[in-house]
Amino acid sequence: MDLTLSTRTQGDRTIVEVGGEIDVYTAPKLRERLVDLVTAGNYHLIVDMEGVEFLDSTGLGVLVGGLKRVRAHDGSLRLVCTQERILKIFRITGLTKVFPIHSTVEEAVEAVD
Amino acid sequence: MESVEIEFTALPAHVRTARLVASAVARQCGVDEAVLDEVRLAVGEACSRAVELHAREAPDRPVMVIFADAPGRFTVAIRDRLPVASAQAVAASAAAATARGDARLSDQPGEPKGASGQAVAASAAAVTAGGDARPSDQPGEPNLGRSSAEEPDETEIRLAVLTGLVDDLEIEPLETGTEIRMSWPASGRLRTGARPLIPR
Repeated sequence: MDLTLSTRTQGDRTIVEVGGEIDVYTAPKLRERLVDLVTAGNYHLIVDMEGVEFLDSTGLGVLVGGLKRVRAHDGSLRLVCTQERILKIFRITGLTKVFPIHSTVEEAVEAVD
Repeated sequence: MESVEIEFTALPAHVRTARLVASAVARQCGVDEAVLDEVRLAVGEACSRAVELHAREAPDRPVMVIFADAPGRFTVAIRDRLPVASAQAVAASAAAATARGDARLSDQPGEPKGASGQAVAASAAAVTAGGDARPSDQPGEPNLGRSSAEEPDETEIRLAVLTGLVDDLEIEPLETGTEIRMSWPASGRLRTGARPLIPR
């Protein structure tokens, strides 16, 4: 199962829908997408992880890297995730305190800091 | 004891194969379905770590993974084959990270187990806040705050995930590299030798 990415905008938010497996092999593709978006001036990102079947620490590293990039432009990176097995990895690493995690894209779009 | 061994070229593309084999053998050994995600993730992290280390130090040497069904346990050993000097340095830091994790296990479900997870979060927060806070300046904490890096050091995050995830985890330096050993309870009910093929 490869990684699938689709991007759309809603107002000033850019939503990246991720599907499949994010691991040491596929994570560079996600990293590249996030870097491209920020380079193109998209600083409010929402990463929709509902279609993600597997996430490892390479993926976490890429998300933290993305957060770092948008914060450098006073932006935001929000996650949409309700899958327990994915949320567990954020909890184990303490990253639930670093990322705002929402249950729906709508909730993430409406959220303000 | 029955076992399955795989050896793969140290490339990211093959880590998924190792995860798939891990799930298949674990299931065959009677590991609870609810734990399979954990097995898959842990084996993936350990193999990714080996692949990354090999890429730097020994790209031509394969990574080896041995799955076995010890009585009541499903065991996995992941061996990297780094030159001795770097292997010892890696094993020492890995063992230190594991010891820290073990020493500060949290009993509260949902809380990060041990210091390593919190260090990852602290480091991530520091990185995103602009890097003034330096968790790595505290003695005994993993050096995750290398602010020059684009992402926090992934090898350290991997060890944080492993120590937080796996209750039975041992990291041993070998003469030829490092061995990460993990195990999970298994019923062994699906072992090929566990029951007669033809019911009596």
